[in-house]
Amino acid sequence: MTVQQARPVPNRAVGIASERVDGREKVTGLATYAAEHRDLQLDDPLHAWMVTSTIARGRVLRVDASAALALPGVERVLDHENAPRAASTDDRELAVLQDDRVGFRGQIVALVLAETPEAAREGARLVSVHYDAEPATVTLDAAGEDDFYAPEQVNAGHETDLEQGDVEAGLAGAAVRVEGRYSTPAEHNSPMEPHAATARWDGSVLTMYDSTQAVHAVAATLAPILGLEQSQLRVLAPYVGGGFGSKGLPHAPEVAAAMAAMAVEGRPVKLVVTRQQMFALTGYRPETISHVRIGAEPDGRIVALEHAAIGGTSRIKEYAEQTATAARMMYAGEHRRTTHRVAALDVAVPSWMRAPGEMPGMFALEVALDELAEACGVDPVDLRVRNEPELDPETGNPYNDRRLVECLQRGAERFGWADRPTSPQAIVDGDWWVGTGVASATYPTLWMPGNTARITADEDGRYGVAIGAVDIGTGARTVLAQIAADALDVDVASIDLAIGDTDLPAATVAGGSAGTGSWGTAIVQAAQQFRADHGDTPDPGVQTTGTAESYPDSVGHALHSFGATFAEVRVHRWTGELRVTRLLGVYSVGRVINPTTARSQFLGGLIMGLSGALFEESVRDSRFGHVVTQDLATYHVASHADVRGLEVDWLDEEDHLATPMGSRGVGEIGIVGTAAAIANAAHHATGVRVRDLPLTADLFLDVPPLP
Amino acid sequence: MKELTYVRPTDARDAVARVSDDPHARFLGGGTNLVDHLKLGLLTPDVLVDVSRLPLDEVTRLDDGTLRIGTNVRNSDLAAHPVVRSSYPAVTRALLAGASGQIRNQATTGGNLLQRTRCVYFQDVTTPCNKREPGSGCSAIGGYGRYDAVLGASEACVATHPSDLAVALAALDAVVVVLGRDGERRVPMSDFHRLPGHHPETDTTLAHGELVTSVELPPESALTRASDYRKVRDRASYAFALVSVAAALELDGDVVRDVRIAWGGVAHRPWRAAAAEEALRGETYSEEAVRAAAELELAAAVTGPDNAYKIPMVRNATAYALRGLADRSSERTGATR
Repeated sequence: MTVQQARPVPNRAVGIASERVDGREKVTGLATYAAEHRDLQLDDPLHAWMVTSTIARGRVLRVDASAALALPGVERVLDHENAPRAASTDDRELAVLQDDRVGFRGQIVALVLAETPEAAREGARLVSVHYDAEPATVTLDAAGEDDFYAPEQVNAGHETDLEQGDVEAGLAGAAVRVEGRYSTPAEHNSPMEPHAATARWDGSVLTMYDSTQAVHAVAATLAPILGLEQSQLRVLAPYVGGGFGSKGLPHAPEVAAAMAAMAVEGRPVKLVVTRQQMFALTGYRPETISHVRIGAEPDGRIVALEHAAIGGTSRIKEYAEQTATAARMMYAGEHRRTTHRVAALDVAVPSWMRAPGEMPGMFALEVALDELAEACGVDPVDLRVRNEPELDPETGNPYNDRRLVECLQRGAERFGWADRPTSPQAIVDGDWWVGTGVASATYPTLWMPGNTARITADEDGRYGVAIGAVDIGTGARTVLAQIAADALDVDVASIDLAIGDTDLPAATVAGGSAGTGSWGTAIVQAAQQFRADHGDTPDPGVQTTGTAESYPDSVGHALHSFGATFAEVRVHRWTGELRVTRLLGVYSVGRVINPTTARSQFLGGLIMGLSGALFEESVRDSRFGHVVTQDLATYHVASHADVRGLEVDWLDEEDHLATPMGSRGVGEIGIVGTAAAIANAAHHATGVRVRDLPLTADLFLDVPPLP
Repeated sequence: MKELTYVRPTDARDAVARVSDDPHARFLGGGTNLVDHLKLGLLTPDVLVDVSRLPLDEVTRLDDGTLRIGTNVRNSDLAAHPVVRSSYPAVTRALLAGASGQIRNQATTGGNLLQRTRCVYFQDVTTPCNKREPGSGCSAIGGYGRYDAVLGASEACVATHPSDLAVALAALDAVVVVLGRDGERRVPMSDFHRLPGHHPETDTTLAHGELVTSVELPPESALTRASDYRKVRDRASYAFALVSVAAALELDGDVVRDVRIAWGGVAHRPWRAAAAEEALRGETYSEEAVRAAAELELAAAVTGPDNAYKIPMVRNATAYALRGLADRSSERTGATR
């Protein structure tokens, strides 16, 4: 049997707008999430409640659990002295209850196990923890210049710094220069379903229902910590209520749940993270500050570009947001420098949040572009068109189908951009300033190796398709069946798809906008191999398993998705309140596999971008060290009333260099550039240039008349 | 959550007696704020006395025209009440500006007035808060201050009262009817909530065990009919006010015959802008005059870096709210301004 690489597949089911196959279960409440599983094995669980640190840095001197243990229903209180020992403590985020060190406020310092959630919570309230607190540095402002360092690499494996040409000389010789400091606050992913797990240890296998974006990654990460073989961990995630990156990597609560289960062998343990605890324990987008300098010809063509990004990370585990990477490939220009520096703080561990890097980085770059357009007197759409590179500036490789200009032009036409007055403060409608803005969007085409799919012939012409992928609400369960149907050349109705379980073949994370493309490639490869092995009329029971280690067609090309976001905002002339009345996103993402679910991804991305533009801000108290806007009443995400006219469009295309389906990814690009488009529109409306998110009402009070 | 006893008396006097006799007993209304406090560990009562099903859920017009609103009238029902909508529009608009549809369906009139600040430090038992734990200190001072008070705050507390309804009731001179062990008493809205002073732990002038049984609005008038509520917030719904304005305006030609202005989001209580009203009453209406009157009221304001925006914001919002009322007045009378 020779293993072949997946080949492009003619589309039949792919491209059809089909409803979510699990929509009915979800809206009727039948879908079971991580804390809702009840069967013989998981019935009658103990409930775990986390006690978290109230200092930002120091040591736990003593955990007094006597009052908690005296409470009826409380069974056990675990702390760093009596918790099961981890086999590995290399990852300090995940080394739960292994020593007395406190690295951030909100870290787990004890775990109460009780017969009811109420008793567990009350028990946690009664645990008294004594600390030896040490001085802590918790904000970028408090970090000294010497505290900033160059990480070895930044998130997603990007180089920390990249320099081409002579930026200083390019800037010095440029006819037009713009320069600005742009910032985005820390933001929390805030999925609807809080992080939760139900775990049971039977002495040889740990079974865990988890709210995760990657069941196999949870097993692979937790096994060495728990001193188990990966095969001793079974992780299931049949339904997940959103992740936005916060469930992409395992976090401390999952370790806590697993440890607790191992401490009470035979008894299931259920752990649900509260919304407040999510603000310390499940990752977040760190604050970013970008210094952008652009030098250009009088017509707006960029000569030199610098994007210097700084940010914070946690002292106990490094995460460096790749804020400046989009500036490496977005626009033409001979001289370019992009750098990243981070300061290690005594704060919770940051992690992935939808479009890490691109979201904050493109806010900075795309507002700077708007400022350049203004400085040159060039239309913002034209400016971007003028700065199209021939080849990818970062690698020198040719692009495969870079269609940013088409997105901008189609969007401009659909949005009515041609009628836009050039100058700000040009439109007043009653009590409101009105303005429009544009920004580009981009997201790299990632493809993750190592996905395995199994195809099984069943009775009556049905096919079982198994892969340990996770549908975190995106529609993966629906689109993978479409991909499998085309790859096997059968109807979608003949496919029985199984996902979300480490007992199924290994799959990579639902993240990086790469899930569908990477899993789908494995399914196509396995299906094609299955047909090669077993023909068109296979005997029931035969099966083929295929692993996609590479998809080499992409080698030597720069693969990115692109888009253009247009925004119309109204700013109240008396109160400064800003409302986004129209948002349009036009995207180039390769083949759209399911227009219904893809549209939801784009819309959700735009809404999350709007939310980040106007509201989202995790306010860290500089004295205490934790985020004080730690619930959804004080950490605002967009409400229904904030979302008005939303439109999404995409180019009809296929990209077979990216995947055999012709698709790239759709999960993240919608959030990219959206905040910049809104900020640019707010400037057009009022003349007020805001370079720091979010754009709150107080920034637009008493707008001065333009000179 | 701590274990507690739940009782549901069928008579208001029994409920009052039950709470009056026990310092660790609390009334439970719609539960939209209190239940959060139980979960967060802010409150650990031994007894909850559920008053939400007492038959105090009607809106009735008394012989003298007073509109009596039973304490258990739900926010949604009160907002939709035809008399309230037509004769006291500020009340309807304030209610609809608050919370979410689900919460308004559950929340009661009395409970709305008795909800507590959403100051992030008050709601976080791991940080000092004089309101939650007298003498522990105020974490909001020197901390996150975007929602902090600018008027009437003290060194002990800079929290704001979160209710929208209370601001409208303050503007309209409502009276809160309270039942205590010694019988009923009537408390004008202006005396119902208090400033923090040295005792921020106490939000109102109610004694422990006193139960709000109804709220009375004065007979409708040209002034109550020409009332409005304007709430300013970053998020278009489901957000507490940055600032808010309840206003009523009666013009005689260009002259201000009567005016009411109350502010939300600026103080520990609904802030009746009496000095601003006094400055406007009998004077010729103009936007400039309204701004000047607001400035006068704000002369004593104290701000920090996070909440200094509230001064221009409440001034502008006041000018905006009164301008809307003046325009409507002009439309009715055909006057031109």
